[in-house]
Amino acid sequence: MPEIASLLDSMAEQARSHFEQRGIEQPIVVGIHSGGVWIADALRQRLGYTRPMGKLDISFYRDDFSRIGMHPQVRPSELPEELDNEHILLVDDVLYTGRTIRAALNELFDYGRPASVTLAVLVERDGRELPVAAAIVGTHLELGAAEQVKLRGPDPLRLERVQLEDGA
Amino acid sequence: MIPVAAPASQLPQAGPLPNSLQLTPDGRLQHLLTVEGLSRDLLNEILDTAESFANMNEKAVKKVPLLRGKTIVNLFFEASTRTRTTFELAAKRLSADVLNINVSTSSAVKGETLLDTLRNLEAMNVDMFVVRHQQSGAAHFMARHVEPGISVLNAGDGRHAHPTQALLDMFTIRRFKGDFTRLKIAIVGDILHSRVARSQIHALNILQTGEVRVVAPHSLLPAHVEDLGVHVYHNLEQGLHDVDVVIMLRLQRERMEHAHLPSEHEYFQLFGLTRRRLHLAKPGCLVMHPGPANRGVEIDSAVADGAQSVILQQVTFGIAVRMAVMSMVMGVRGS
Repeated sequence: MPEIASLLDSMAEQARSHFEQRGIEQPIVVGIHSGGVWIADALRQRLGYTRPMGKLDISFYRDDFSRIGMHPQVRPSELPEELDNEHILLVDDVLYTGRTIRAALNELFDYGRPASVTLAVLVERDGRELPVAAAIVGTHLELGAAEQVKLRGPDPLRLERVQLEDGA
Repeated sequence: MIPVAAPASQLPQAGPLPNSLQLTPDGRLQHLLTVEGLSRDLLNEILDTAESFANMNEKAVKKVPLLRGKTIVNLFFEASTRTRTTFELAAKRLSADVLNINVSTSSAVKGETLLDTLRNLEAMNVDMFVVRHQQSGAAHFMARHVEPGISVLNAGDGRHAHPTQALLDMFTIRRFKGDFTRLKIAIVGDILHSRVARSQIHALNILQTGEVRVVAPHSLLPAHVEDLGVHVYHNLEQGLHDVDVVIMLRLQRERMEHAHLPSEHEYFQLFGLTRRRLHLAKPGCLVMHPGPANRGVEIDSAVADGAQSVILQQVTFGIAVRMAVMSMVMGVRGS
């Protein structure tokens, strides 16, 4: 598994040039619980951003609620600033089907109407089921259908390859 | 009296209800009929989930899509403003559709039985019943008879239980005072007729509250109340000494005729919460009341509206707690 610090360095570099090109001084960083929050925090430090960070728990917006029910450890979402007309850097750990990002976008728009949303992920893998793409990517991993990658943390952060059981 | 399908003698009596009815085999909530018998973990899970919903007020759109396409019926055989409206608002903030049925305007007054009402509403493909009924065990009866996949929430049955009220009270106490094991909590007033008090006592015990007191005249205490694990006081000054939270109960005026008490005035003299008496509790003691409060009977206006009162916060938190319970029971059905 790749080393996280160098992935974060690369992501920070991509983010810096992405926002510079667009003339955006400092977006609001919003992490998706839990792994996305850890990555968002690390990125903010590398970029020297000072605005308070947002945290999203997308449990209430998931599209599989009627199949799997309520996540037993749902945490409150916290968005310390108004989102209207703000540029948002939305951060998650792994981009796979794209369903988490759809849920996160729906939740964000219940808080306000941002000027733009840029997606940053530590890892992207194949398997998108929705038209979702990240502008800032730490690394691309080739994984089998029965494999998953999980971010463990928060200290230290490390990526772990998980073999799914048959039929999972 | 509202006709029910079974004669009163066959209705389940108030008392311990089997968790096999309100929990799934893997221990998740499918109905909420009583707090009694629920685990500490499950209570905390409900309160934690409610915490997430309580933060929703910051959102421009105060809604989540969780129960989109679900239909929830508020079936109220007894008057209620706060409970019914907060259940309704909770359902709407979860994006469910809500049907309010009050007995005075329904066919129950024409003699339809509870079971008939139930079957007719089921035929309209509803997903959840929120039921209030003057008979103890009514919600239990419905839960036994609904189709699989439909949930029943007890919004108050007779003198038996009012679990969501107790849960929102626990939420309020936890928000302001934290760890229950260090707290002394007094419940004051008409314990005898109060389903709220019964549910609160069970919830406080499950959460391992340091000390639970009940304060009331002999005539307003049920027999063997000590068996619930509470300390009994007949004197308000003594009962308030050193408590962190005082929960005032509504004196159920409609029962006064039955000679439980000489007069409201005398009751206030002995058991009314005044500023002077509140000084006997710990500084910063919370004042709670499930509403509707009888000002000048069990509580003085200066206290009900005072700095230590969280009576209106209870109402606000009631929405979040009901959202938590509704989403938890609905989340179980597909699994």
